[in-house]
Amino acid sequence: MADAPEQKQRVGGEEQVEEEEEEQEQPEEDEEEEDEDEASEGSVDSTEGSPRMTLAARRALRALKSLGASVDPDDDSPNMIVYRKIEDIVMFIQDEEEGVPIRTVKSFMTKIPSVVTGTDIVQWLMKNLDIEDPAEAIHVGGLIASQGYFFPISDHVLSLKDDGTFYRFQAPYFWPSNCWEPENTDYAIYLCKRTMQNKTRLELADYEAENLARLQRAFARKWEFIFMQAEAQVKIDRKKDKSERKILDSQERAFWDVHRPVPGCVNTTEMDIRKCRRMKNPHRVKKSVYGLAEEPTQVQSPVHGPVHNARKGTKEDLEKEIGFLRHQLDRHCMKMSKVAESLISYTEQYMEYDPFLTSPEPSNPWTSDDCTFWDLETSKEPSQQRVKKWGFSLDEALKDPAGQELFLKFLESEFSSENLRFWLAVQDLKQRPLLEVAERTQEIWAEFLAEGAPSTINLDSHSYERTGHNLKDPGRYSYEDAQDHIYKLMKSDSYTRFLRSNAYQDLLITRKKPEAEQGRRTSLEKFTRSVGKSLTGKRLTGLMQSS
Amino acid sequence: AAAQSRPSALQSGESLATLKNESDSLKKKLEEERAKLHDVELNQVAEKVELVSALSIRTRRVLKGHGNKVLCMDWCKDKRRLVSSSQDGKVIVWDGYTLNKEHAVTMPCTWVMACAYAPSGCAVACGGLDNKCSVYPLSLDKNENLAAKKKSVAMHTNYLSGCSFTNSDMQLLTSSGDGTCALWDVESGQLLQSFHGHTADVLSLNLAPSETGNTFVSGGCDKKANVWDMLPCASVSCRLYDLRADREVAVYQKDSIIFGASSVDFSLSGRLLFAGYNDYTINVWDVLKGNRISVLFGHENRVSCVKVSPDGTSFASASWDTSLRIWA
Repeated sequence: MADAPEQKQRVGGEEQVEEEEEEQEQPEEDEEEEDEDEASEGSVDSTEGSPRMTLAARRALRALKSLGASVDPDDDSPNMIVYRKIEDIVMFIQDEEEGVPIRTVKSFMTKIPSVVTGTDIVQWLMKNLDIEDPAEAIHVGGLIASQGYFFPISDHVLSLKDDGTFYRFQAPYFWPSNCWEPENTDYAIYLCKRTMQNKTRLELADYEAENLARLQRAFARKWEFIFMQAEAQVKIDRKKDKSERKILDSQERAFWDVHRPVPGCVNTTEMDIRKCRRMKNPHRVKKSVYGLAEEPTQVQSPVHGPVHNARKGTKEDLEKEIGFLRHQLDRHCMKMSKVAESLISYTEQYMEYDPFLTSPEPSNPWTSDDCTFWDLETSKEPSQQRVKKWGFSLDEALKDPAGQELFLKFLESEFSSENLRFWLAVQDLKQRPLLEVAERTQEIWAEFLAEGAPSTINLDSHSYERTGHNLKDPGRYSYEDAQDHIYKLMKSDSYTRFLRSNAYQDLLITRKKPEAEQGRRTSLEKFTRSVGKSLTGKRLTGLMQSS
Repeated sequence: AAAQSRPSALQSGESLATLKNESDSLKKKLEEERAKLHDVELNQVAEKVELVSALSIRTRRVLKGHGNKVLCMDWCKDKRRLVSSSQDGKVIVWDGYTLNKEHAVTMPCTWVMACAYAPSGCAVACGGLDNKCSVYPLSLDKNENLAAKKKSVAMHTNYLSGCSFTNSDMQLLTSSGDGTCALWDVESGQLLQSFHGHTADVLSLNLAPSETGNTFVSGGCDKKANVWDMLPCASVSCRLYDLRADREVAVYQKDSIIFGASSVDFSLSGRLLFAGYNDYTINVWDVLKGNRISVLFGHENRVSCVKVSPDGTSFASASWDTSLRIWA
């Protein structure tokens, strides 16, 4: 069974950082000297002889493996999920067979070990992540770089370029998934040791020099300690193989580029404060790169709140859950095919009203800098399109003030306007401040429900009784039942007639274009005009037939 | 079958283990019942639907002025004004159309994670690490100090993650890191209703458009989205869940999308889904067919909030890059 290539020596920094190797001490060498070839060829290839695996297959494999392992709740956090995804990609991209060509490049008098070009990375991402646009591949690659999984060997800015720029992969030790939160003392040690090594490639950038100066001021009292640690690190580094040191130095630098980014660059370690406060395992956090002893009184980070102990299912919780599940079983649910049809027909019906799909008339104010569309929408003279929408549902008719007005007028003509007025009064009740609620409920009762009320609505006895009962303790929801009943009544009865009424049909037919300048016309006027038009038409055809 | 004939567990006071068994068997039964209704996939049925023609969505406005990450924004009903809140404690009211900053308030706390515009357009609500939600009336007088008229409405025991006016200026719905949602009377500051159903922080809430208008959904760290009718569902990526079928009907994902989505909103017809991601982009999805129509670049850091304008003519995005963008 092929294993994820975590143990590969290709990016040799990992082990050297963790253990102190008893290698033969090597004298300080000058940068321009011939370097040995990187010793990666001698590594054990654990995937040798195994079948090639796609990205998806590797993911599935990892998922299977994690089933057996004990699950750390943190592993499920959104950050960890992202890291795992990136790590799948990063491991696959370094695969001997399916990955990018990582090699040692000869340059002037030196060799540059373990690098790959930006173009190679971009091409690989396009092929393996199914990306069509190189810009997207550059963007994704840039994000993976900014998280610290690979880096340009000659730049502090972690981005990806689609050219011959050289990149190197980060050592798993430094991966963000290890929950790094390196302290400033470590950063100080790092910058300090850089100044101790006489190498042009390790020279501090301006911002780093500034950081160092600031740290010296901040840690003035423990500077001796920091200096000693830096010296110790230099000693350890010196013992390592030259080529591996190059790799390691660059990986270390890339690590700090993530945690102490160049000013102006996005700090990808910034966390959403809501996630900070929920940190379950502060002890998982790695704070020291150079193995500094933990201080006896570890000050708890002020943003780490108390650990949320996962509540074990109590009897009450289970009883609640059972009740809920029973309720769910009783629910009538729709078949997917029906749901799909419903979603499709809804989107089709509203497509012409969706400015992203159908350009609004005369134009979308945001793209044309012309507000006419907004003026028309709020005008009391609705366009045919707006009027058509009132026919979609009672809800749509009521949502539009002009539609609501017309419907009310229609109901008045049928002597049933009290229904809508009641419905509107209850809507208004729900929007009132608490102090006014009791009074309003009484007013509504007096107007619509009491015996001999001026606008009695027609409620079935059951709802009537229930409402009366609710009013013993009046609240915003006292009339919910009644309102629901009246709404259904209007919907099934009056609304359908409204849509067939002359008042509505006229508006639907006569207004082909939004006519903002047109003055108000009465229903009768419009009726006369449309009748006149059709009569004229008949007369003409009559004439033609007779001639 | 056994579940229905047995006496209620509540009455017989059975042991934890028996209750667990009952719960498990009900879950299994529910799964089976739901599976029977799963006769087809949404994108299969949607094959007959015409493709969405190429969209040419671009940034139309960039709102600059915040000094730190923009965490939340909300549209005014007038379709052009918006309110935004930031990590630096500032809340700004803009006319998105003219880019004019109309009001600015400095909150006493940082990380103002939630803000909302009142339906009347006369006030805004906001809050965050102060565990409260306060309402500021918007004065026409530029010289007036808005902070002086501030009204503390909601009080939670942990950070405020979301707030929204329900149907009027008088009621405010809030969600919090304390695991609850609550409905408040703005005038008196009184708690009207409290919603306990999440077992961890509630991160967001959204009102459902409905006739009587009092349904809302809340999403939390417990990976549940609760519709207050208590409907849990596991949700980590962009998923469409239909309440009538009581199941997930579509998942919107792609190999090249590694980072999670922070915020989503539908276009007016429901055909398009705009999702803002932690990879600084906004992806536009075809809700029915399930494919990604386009990816929008522009922001230089995480997108924290995405909202379509009230008339659907544009959508706004807020980002950790300190700016807001309006797209159409």
